[in-house]
Amino acid sequence: MNYIDSSLKVVGTRPIRPDGVDKVTGRAVFAADTRASGMLWGKVLRSPHAHARIVSIDTTKAAALKGVFAVVSGVDFPEIASEEAFVGEGPMNFRDLSLNCMARDKVLYEGHALAAVAASTQAIADEALALIEVTYEVLPHVIDVEDAMAPGAPVLHADMFTSGVSPKPEKPSNIAKVVTFKKGDVEAGFKEADVIVEGSYTTQPVHQAYIEPHACLASYAPDGQVQIHTSTQGHFMVRAYTAKLLGISMSNIRVNPAEIGGGFGGKTLVYLEPVAVTLSRKSGRSVKMQMTREDVFRASGPTSGAAMTVKIGAKKDGTIVAAQQVLKFQAGAFPGSPIGPGCMCGFAMYDLPNVDVVGYDVVSNRPKVAAYRAPGAPITSFAVESLMDELAIKLGIDALTLREMNAAKNGTKTHYGPVHQNIGFTAVLDAVKSHPHWKSPLKEGHGRGLATGFWFNIGGESSAQVHVNEDGTVTAATGSPDIGGSRASIGMMVAEVLGVPATAVRTIVADTASIGFTFLTGGSRVTFATGMAATQAAEKVVEDLKRRAAQTWDIPVEAVEWKDGMAYPAGSNAGAFEPLDLAALALKAGRTGGPILAEVSVNAQGAGPGFGAHICDVSVDKETGHVKIERYTAIQDVGKAIHPSYVEGQIQGGAAQGIGWALSEEYIYNTKGQMENAGFLDYRVPVASDMPMIEAVLVEVPNPRHPFGARGVGEVPIIPPMAAIANAIRSATGLRMPDLPMSPPKIRAALDAAG
Amino acid sequence: MTSLSYAAPTSVDDAVKLLAGSAGLAKVLSGGTDLLVQMRSGRLKPELIVDTKKIPGIIGIREENGAFIIGAGTPGAVVEAHAGLNAAWPGLVEALDLIGSTQVQGRCSLAGNLCNASPAADSVPALFAAGATAIIVGSKGRREVPVEQIPTGPGRTSLAKDEFILEFKLPVRPARSSDAYLRFIPRTEMDIAVVGCGISVTLDANGVCTAARVSLGAVAPTVLLVQEAADVLIGHTLDADTLAKLDAVAQAACKPITDKRGTIEYRTKIAGVLARRVAAIAFDRANGIKNGKAH
Repeated sequence: MNYIDSSLKVVGTRPIRPDGVDKVTGRAVFAADTRASGMLWGKVLRSPHAHARIVSIDTTKAAALKGVFAVVSGVDFPEIASEEAFVGEGPMNFRDLSLNCMARDKVLYEGHALAAVAASTQAIADEALALIEVTYEVLPHVIDVEDAMAPGAPVLHADMFTSGVSPKPEKPSNIAKVVTFKKGDVEAGFKEADVIVEGSYTTQPVHQAYIEPHACLASYAPDGQVQIHTSTQGHFMVRAYTAKLLGISMSNIRVNPAEIGGGFGGKTLVYLEPVAVTLSRKSGRSVKMQMTREDVFRASGPTSGAAMTVKIGAKKDGTIVAAQQVLKFQAGAFPGSPIGPGCMCGFAMYDLPNVDVVGYDVVSNRPKVAAYRAPGAPITSFAVESLMDELAIKLGIDALTLREMNAAKNGTKTHYGPVHQNIGFTAVLDAVKSHPHWKSPLKEGHGRGLATGFWFNIGGESSAQVHVNEDGTVTAATGSPDIGGSRASIGMMVAEVLGVPATAVRTIVADTASIGFTFLTGGSRVTFATGMAATQAAEKVVEDLKRRAAQTWDIPVEAVEWKDGMAYPAGSNAGAFEPLDLAALALKAGRTGGPILAEVSVNAQGAGPGFGAHICDVSVDKETGHVKIERYTAIQDVGKAIHPSYVEGQIQGGAAQGIGWALSEEYIYNTKGQMENAGFLDYRVPVASDMPMIEAVLVEVPNPRHPFGARGVGEVPIIPPMAAIANAIRSATGLRMPDLPMSPPKIRAALDAAG
Repeated sequence: MTSLSYAAPTSVDDAVKLLAGSAGLAKVLSGGTDLLVQMRSGRLKPELIVDTKKIPGIIGIREENGAFIIGAGTPGAVVEAHAGLNAAWPGLVEALDLIGSTQVQGRCSLAGNLCNASPAADSVPALFAAGATAIIVGSKGRREVPVEQIPTGPGRTSLAKDEFILEFKLPVRPARSSDAYLRFIPRTEMDIAVVGCGISVTLDANGVCTAARVSLGAVAPTVLLVQEAADVLIGHTLDADTLAKLDAVAQAACKPITDKRGTIEYRTKIAGVLARRVAAIAFDRANGIKNGKAH
C-alpha cells in the first residue's frame, strides 16, 4: 500500500524517542558494558612504524607471563586469498581486511595490528604486550596522496598494478585503480564556453569520531559455536567477515548487536572481532576487547583526504557547457577509497552536456579508510561547489541563480549513467530563495556562502517482523542496528499501519540468529528499505487480524474493515458486531490460528536520491584568522520526515561534522609517519560552543517508491558545509581558501599574503 | 607488576616525610586533573601519590592585611565564586576559569597548573602578571618565592623532591589596578592555548600606567614574564603608539616552537595581537570601565 496522500496520525509526529530513557540513565548496554564469567581482556600490539617489514615476532616471554592465556600474531590466522567482498559498505577485499586486522609480513601504518594477547587483567595484558619482541626492518614511508603517486615513491604492495588503465602497467605502484566517467564531448564544450574557471583543492582525511570506541566480547565454545557481542552498523556483516576471515561457517556464529554509540559509516567493517574470536579459541575463555581513543585514531578508518582539480566552462548567461574534474583519493594502506562516488557526486546536482571525470584510488602509509557519511561526496563537492562560487563571481550572477539555471531535474541524465527521477533539487533551491536567511541583508563584516550536495541513498536487503503480543501490544524486530533513530521511525510506520499509537509498538534490533538477513545500516537505507519491510509485515498482520475478526464473527473477510487499531464490520450489511481491538484479538489468538506475527524480507529498490543546500554566514577575525559561524541554515529534501525531530537531528549532526571538517579537523603526522594528534584534545572536533544554531528546513518531495515517501536523510547534510563555509569566507574576506581545514593559521597567512 | 601507594596525610610534616622517604617517583596530588591523565596514558608511573587535600588550610581563600591568600589546592570553581578575588583580580580568575570543563573546574588548582609546568598553562601567565608568590614547604622548612621562579622547563620545576606549595599570596592591590587574561585556541573551549597572555596594570588618575607586569604563555619553554613589554606600558596611556610598541616587544620576546598546536610564525604574530587586546581590557578595568570596546 501507499500512504503518501493519506491522512496520517503517527508518521510525521514527534513522539519521545524510545531509546532515550536507557541512554540518559546509563542503562543502555553498549559493547563495552558486556561481561562474561571467566572473561579475559584482549589487547593488541600495534606498529610504531609507518612502514616496516616484520623480520620476527617472539612471543615466548609474553606467553610465559602469569595471567596470560593466549598470544596470537599473523601466523594464527588463515591466509586469505585476494577476493572482492560485497559484505560491507564500499569496496573491500577479504585478503586486505584480514591483513588489516592482523599484519603478516609487513606493517603498513603506525597503529597496524601485528599481535594480540588475552590476559586475566588489562594490566597484565599491557605488560604482556611489552614483552613481545618484534624485529622490524623499517622501510621508507609515504603519507601524502600526491607523494604516493610520484615516481620513486615507496611502494606499499609489490603485487599492486593499477587497474583501469590500458595497457596494464609493467611496474607496481600505489595507484590501485583509475576510474573515468565521460558524457558528451568536454573539449568541444570548453570551446563553446565564454568563461572558464579552474581551481585546485585539497581536503584532509577526517575521522567519523563516533563517541564510542570499537569494542566486542567474543566466545569460542569447544563445539565451535561462536558468540560475538559487538558495536557495529551491521551484525550480519560482522558474521560474514568473521566467518570468511577465520574459516568458520556462518551457522556457527551468532552476532548480537549492542547499543551503538555512533558509527557514521566507520563501523561497517571489522577490526577486533576476528582477533577476539581467535584469542578465545586459543585460550578457551571469553575475550573482551575495546579500543582506546588513540587506537581509534591510529588504527581505524577515517575517510579519504584528497587532491583535486576542477574546470568549468559556461556561456555568458550562466549556462554551463563543460565540466571536468580530476580526483586523487587517499585510500590508506589498502585500496578502497570512495573514489567512485567521489567521481559521481560532484556534478550530480547539475544538468551538464559535457563532463569528464577521472579518479585515482591511491594507497599510502595511513590507516585504511572506512565509510564516512556520504563517502566521497563531501570531498568532491567542496571542490566543485567552491569553483561554482568562483564562476558565479566571474559571471556576475548570483550564486543561487547560477545553480537554479543549471539544476538537475527529473529526466536529467547524469554523467555516470542513471537518469534522475522524482528528485527535489528544484524544490530545495526554491526553499533557499524564500528562506528569511537568504533574503536577510548581510551584517557588516559578515560573509555569506551557499553550497549544495547530492547523495544517491540506497535500498537493499532487509528483514522485519511484527509480533502482536498476548496483551495486544506490538513488538517490531528488524536486522538493522539503529544509528540514527530507525527504531523510532520503524515503530512509527508499523503503528501507523496498525492504527495504534507509536507507544504501543516497541522496536528492537534482533541478532543474526533471530531474524532474516539484513544488509548493514549504511547508505541512508534503513528507514527506506527496512521501513518498507516493516510496513509490509504490519500490513500482513492487519490482513491476518481481519481474517481472525471475520472468523470470530463468522462473516467473510471482505466484510471486515481495519480502522484505528480495531476490526469493524464493514457497513450494516456485514452485521452488528462490537469492534475488536488488538487486545481482544490477541486474547483469542489461540482459537483463531495461534500467535499473530508476520515476517517480511525485501530487496528494496527505488531509494530516492537526496539533495540539500546550506546557507552560511561567517565573520573572520582578521588578526587571528579565526572563523565564527554566525548563522547556518540547512535545507534538504527528505521525502517524508517520519519523525521530524530525528530528521532535523540528522541534518544538524551532519552539518556539525561538516563544520569540523571545514575548519579544524586534520591528522598531523611527524616526519616518521606517526600521528601526533591521536586524541580529542588535538584532533579538533568542534565542541558545543563552537556551533551556531543550525536551522534545519525540511522540504518534502515524496519518494513514490516508499510507502510513506521517505528518502534517506543522514548523509546529504555533511556534503555542503565545507564549500558553504569556504564561500562565506570568500565573501567576508575576498580570500579563496582551497585547502582544508580552513584553520586560523592558514587564514591569517592568506590574509597576510593578500596584504 | 609495579605497585602504587596512596597516602592522604593530614599535616604538612607528614606529607613532607612521605615525599622525602619515597625511594621511587613520588607525586603530589591536589586536583589530579593533570596527574591522573598522565598516569592513565602511561606517561607517568609514580610509586607514591601524596594527596595534600586533607592538610588543614590548603583549600580556601582568606585575606591577610588586605592581601589575598589562596590555598594551593583550592579548586577553580571556589576561586571563581569568590567575590573579592573577582573584584581585585578578574584576570587571574578568568584565566583559571578557562582550564578544562565544568567538571575539571571542580578539581583543578593553581598549584597543579603551575607545577605541571606546561608553558601553555592558562592560569600561570595571570599568576606571573599578578606578581604572586608561593609559600613552599619541605623538609628544610618554609620559603616564599615569586611564582615565576618555579617552572624551569616543560614539566620541570625548581621544587625539591620533598617540597610542595602550600598557598599563594597575592600582593595588596593599589587603587586603579586590574588585570586580564586571554588565550587563543582554534576552538571556543576545551583546548590548549596556542598563545596565552596575562597583563596586570596600575594607572594614575589620568589613566597613565604607573606599574605593569606582562606575561606570555606557550611561546617559550616556560611561561615568560616580559619586562620589555611592561616598560612599554609604564608611563603611558594605551594610545595607538603604545599598542604598536607593545605588539612589537611581545613578538620579540617569543621563542616558540612549531608543533601540532601552532607554528613559530603564527604564535609570534598572535602573541602581539593578544598583548594588545589584553592590555586594552586590563586598562579598561583599571579605569573602572566594565563594558568598554575591548570587551
